[in-house]
Amino acid sequence: MVPEDAQIIKGRSLWQDARRRLFHNKAAVVSMILLGTIVILAIFAPYLSPWAYDDPDWGYDFPGPPNFELHHWFGTDGNGRDLFVRTLFGARVSLLVGILATFVSLLIGVTYGATAGYLGGRTDNIMMRIVDVLYSLPFMFFVILLMVFFGRNIFLIFIALGAVQWLTMARIVRGQTISIKKKEFIEAAHAVGVSNWKIIFRHIIPNVLGPVIVYMTLTIPQVILTESFLSFLGLGIQEPLTSWGVLISEGAKQMESSPWLLIFPAVFLAITLFCFNFIGDGLRDALDPKDR
Amino acid sequence: MLAYTLRRIGSAIPTLLFIITIAFFMMRLAPGGPFDRERQLPPEIEANILRAYNLDKPVYEQYFDYLINIMHGDFGPSYKYLDFTVTDLITTGFPVSLRLGMSAILLAIFVGVFAGTIAALKQNSVFDYMVMGTAMTGIAIPNFVMAPLLALIFGVYLSWLPVAGWGGGAIAYQVMPIITLALPQIAYVARLTRGSMVETMNSNFIRTARAKGLNERIVVIRHALKGGLLPVISYLGPATAEIITGSVVIEAIFDIPGIGRYFVNGALNRDYPVVMGVVIFFALLIITLNLVVDLIYGFLDPRVKVE
Repeated sequence: MVPEDAQIIKGRSLWQDARRRLFHNKAAVVSMILLGTIVILAIFAPYLSPWAYDDPDWGYDFPGPPNFELHHWFGTDGNGRDLFVRTLFGARVSLLVGILATFVSLLIGVTYGATAGYLGGRTDNIMMRIVDVLYSLPFMFFVILLMVFFGRNIFLIFIALGAVQWLTMARIVRGQTISIKKKEFIEAAHAVGVSNWKIIFRHIIPNVLGPVIVYMTLTIPQVILTESFLSFLGLGIQEPLTSWGVLISEGAKQMESSPWLLIFPAVFLAITLFCFNFIGDGLRDALDPKDR
Repeated sequence: MLAYTLRRIGSAIPTLLFIITIAFFMMRLAPGGPFDRERQLPPEIEANILRAYNLDKPVYEQYFDYLINIMHGDFGPSYKYLDFTVTDLITTGFPVSLRLGMSAILLAIFVGVFAGTIAALKQNSVFDYMVMGTAMTGIAIPNFVMAPLLALIFGVYLSWLPVAGWGGGAIAYQVMPIITLALPQIAYVARLTRGSMVETMNSNFIRTARAKGLNERIVVIRHALKGGLLPVISYLGPATAEIITGSVVIEAIFDIPGIGRYFVNGALNRDYPVVMGVVIFFALLIITLNLVVDLIYGFLDPRVKVE
């Protein structure tokens, strides 16, 4: 036991260091606060307004400008539905798609990259060749093909977007794996007879988490953007559900007469994308100080 | 150089074949055929129709027929536009899309490289922060938000430019589509240029050039830009893909009669041949341009070929 009065010199772990650096980054902190607010608003959306996201307000204009007495803080859309609630429900869908699709891309990319990097040699060569080939494909169009041929199913969107985003993740993880696998602790694991799969999942993947987390925060906005792009074209989320892309697309059609329909969802989308990008940059600087 | 070229072409062809194959079989698997309708036709007539379009053949035969037709530049008839084959749609739409895309790319390169270089030379100055801040905005605000916003400001409120339409290709109609298409790419090019120029300006050969007593302008233009622009050139491949993807949205927003608009309409109307034809055409375009960019890169940076 250490005596009570002894000066304990605590070493700081990589993660503690990173957290300290991240919280010193003003842009990242502001972004986290903003993003947190949006997430909380989205979660509690049904309790924040007297209006439902799919019911018109028959006593007000179709569409109507923002009106505080009736609690239509962002106005109403062409079907008389409250835009504030719809924007927040759009936030739910957009954020959910972003997170779930990123998770899918994470699963595929990390497993693929770690396997290729760890096995090395010819397997690695072939696996990365495949990634190179896939890289040159116009993936956006494949997602559109999927949507056209198999209908606009929300789960299909998750999977399709995730399946598009894993390539860069695989490359990053492979690079990291190659640099880690020569370390002594992997050799030690080998020596005691741990199987390859166990080494990959127990020892390699936890050690490549830093760059993975950074890239993840940068993937989420990309996915949100792609989903909005699809929804904007009318190929994504379907009524009465909504996402920011759908709202922006509807707003763009009526922007001359009722600009609020475009401006509110667009501002929410832009702020979210900004926040994720700043947090991603902040995390990168925090986790990888030699980059600066 | 020849071996490198052949190797790159060798990997481009299977990629294209892969795309065509996936697209074809996805279309086969998709529910609903072109002749499904409310009113049931007598089975004999339906069989006749299917035979007339070779839809009664085994799938692999249809696949090879499709491949052979594509090689002749024949993507089949549209399910939606009367009297139009997919090839017709592509040939009418492509010149318009090409003009927009080329202008956007050129604009992106010139403005991006210029802004990026100045930002790198005046690192951490107000100008640098301004350029990088603007670039961040250009990246974070998607083109389908930027386009309506610009249309609202310059088209509706200020009435400087037409809100939408093509106007037979008049310059005024092209300004906003080209700018919105180019903005995100300007941002990326500027960031890339800045990063690589900062690195290049600190390298030994630049110090040598300065030590020789060359004036700073020549150092930058003759020596630094040559190396500093390599990442920009390798970004041109992805940039064209981005511009093509972006053009789909931009053409839909500004109602421009390019390929993108036909594509979106086709996708919304489940006009399978149009969607597939355009995807394959775009893929061909992107792969070819990637190939060209890679070859140029290999030519400029001989280290690539050795690997």
